[in-house]
Amino acid sequence: MASVSVIEAGRPVLGRRSLLRTWRGGLQGSEFAWALAFCIPYVAVFLAFVAYPIVYGLWLGHNPALYAELWQDPIFQMTVVNTIIYLAVGVNVKMFFALLLSGFFMRRGWWVKGLLMIYVLPWAVPALPTFISIHWMLNSQWGLLNNVLWDVFHIDGPGWLDTSRWMALGAVIVSYIWKNMPFWTVILLAGRMSIPQELYEAAEVDGATGLRRFAHISFPLLANLYLVCTLLSTIFTLGDFNTVTFVSGGGPALTTHVLATIGIRDAFDIARPDLGVAAVMTALPLMIPLVLILMRKLRTSEVQL
Amino acid sequence: MSAVLLDNRRSRHAAATGVKAKNYRLRRVWSEVGCLALAAVLIVWTLAPIYNMVMVALQSHNDVFTNDIWPRQPSLYSFWIVITEGYWYLEYFWHQFGNSLYIGVMTVFFTLFIASLVSFSVSRMRLRNGWLLTNAALLTYVIPASFLAIPLYRIMQGYGLGNNVWSIIAVEVTFATPYAIFIFQQYGRSIPIELDEAARVDGASPWQVYYKIYLPMMAPALVAVGTYALLLAWNEYLYQFLLLSDKRSMTVPVALAQFLNSDESPWNYMMATAIIYAIPPVVIYYLFRGRMTSGLTMGGVKG
Repeated sequence: MASVSVIEAGRPVLGRRSLLRTWRGGLQGSEFAWALAFCIPYVAVFLAFVAYPIVYGLWLGHNPALYAELWQDPIFQMTVVNTIIYLAVGVNVKMFFALLLSGFFMRRGWWVKGLLMIYVLPWAVPALPTFISIHWMLNSQWGLLNNVLWDVFHIDGPGWLDTSRWMALGAVIVSYIWKNMPFWTVILLAGRMSIPQELYEAAEVDGATGLRRFAHISFPLLANLYLVCTLLSTIFTLGDFNTVTFVSGGGPALTTHVLATIGIRDAFDIARPDLGVAAVMTALPLMIPLVLILMRKLRTSEVQL
Repeated sequence: MSAVLLDNRRSRHAAATGVKAKNYRLRRVWSEVGCLALAAVLIVWTLAPIYNMVMVALQSHNDVFTNDIWPRQPSLYSFWIVITEGYWYLEYFWHQFGNSLYIGVMTVFFTLFIASLVSFSVSRMRLRNGWLLTNAALLTYVIPASFLAIPLYRIMQGYGLGNNVWSIIAVEVTFATPYAIFIFQQYGRSIPIELDEAARVDGASPWQVYYKIYLPMMAPALVAVGTYALLLAWNEYLYQFLLLSDKRSMTVPVALAQFLNSDESPWNYMMATAIIYAIPPVVIYYLFRGRMTSGLTMGGVKG
């Protein structure tokens, strides 16, 4: 782990050698002015479009009465449960299969490479077209899935998206996994490829193969990467708007919303921006620890995404 | 390579006893069969929604509402309708396509410009307390963009940027720069600081060092991040949907989602639009995949 952490790289280094160097031992005069000027565009963007919205959002959602109102709303209660299921099942199943498949894609051979090219397609295609396609595919009357069930097995398929909350939520989770698994597989694949081959060869000599090889070499070396990926993916998924919006649309009867979509619905469909912000803010107890852990982990930059 | 090596070694061991060798060969056949089965499952799983998209786009409007599982009379008519803007949802299609492209290009430019300047200042010029900026970027990176949508929407209205593509460019740049800073700082470590110092001694101004030394050396990272920013801007939906409601300022994804508002959607036109919208990012993704993954993982995963 030879990498210098980003935070250390950012601090002025006051070593004996560096004092001799032009730019290291503190900037002077016009150089300092240049360095500040270089930061102005970023600082302006950050203040105008990140800091100000955060403060404004906190102010919009500061009224405790909003939270009482949310708490009594059965739709919001379902939304919270959905969000938890979506995160717990979606993220973990996806990461687990990504880990397994990254092992599969380590195999040699042209057809495995070709397969990988096909396999990353869901990630390469924008979210909207494919989610709309899945939405239509699951149509109870004319969708591809039920057509196949009928033509091949003579079964009348159910209305996947419009009869039951759990089926619709399941469809959302499966679509989410379909879309995002390739990306994390590729990341974990890169992690696996960076494991020195000598380790495996040494283990081979000692008689470790298959599962034991994975348990004693691959997993310990991938564990940190896997953890960071899971946390990062959790927080990205928490903010995922497109999957629910386009696969189930929050239906049937608003039972499959998640926090990211219910906030937008409250703010724009029923014109209650304060309520929408409050709905999003209820994610803070989960978000703050995640953000803190992630900032620590990413700052020391043992992994990079 | 190594897998083959290991297999050879394994077979040499196995050859010691005949029974073992037979077992080994059997296991190997089964593992090949298992891999092929897995590959088949993966292909069906991956391609099903994409096949559905293509199939519907090739069908006529009436054929969409049947139980067919392949296009009975495949035709490119829907694509023709989209290209000639021959349906009322599509009357500004090429204009909207241009909007998407314009937003993408501007996002790339400003992301690269802003992020490379701040990375240069923090990690090459060693601005005091520059780590605060790095942390601000990290914080932005881990906050879901959709959580800021409501306040940002109202702020954009306040700035007078409603229905203006520049509001979108601002948003996309905001959410693309943190990752860019992250990558630039990582990649910048591989460039010797002595280069900057030599140029300084020769009397170059900081701007000249940035422009003539730092940027050219950072080219691979710039390509990786540029591709990332372009795809981010092209694929993003939520902010474009909230901030652009006028048909002439809309982008393609917003126009695409509009189809869902009508009761009887012309699904074939919609899927044709979706495919045309998806082709540029897919092509760019595959063209720059190698550079992106090396950019994405460089320095990082190897620890």
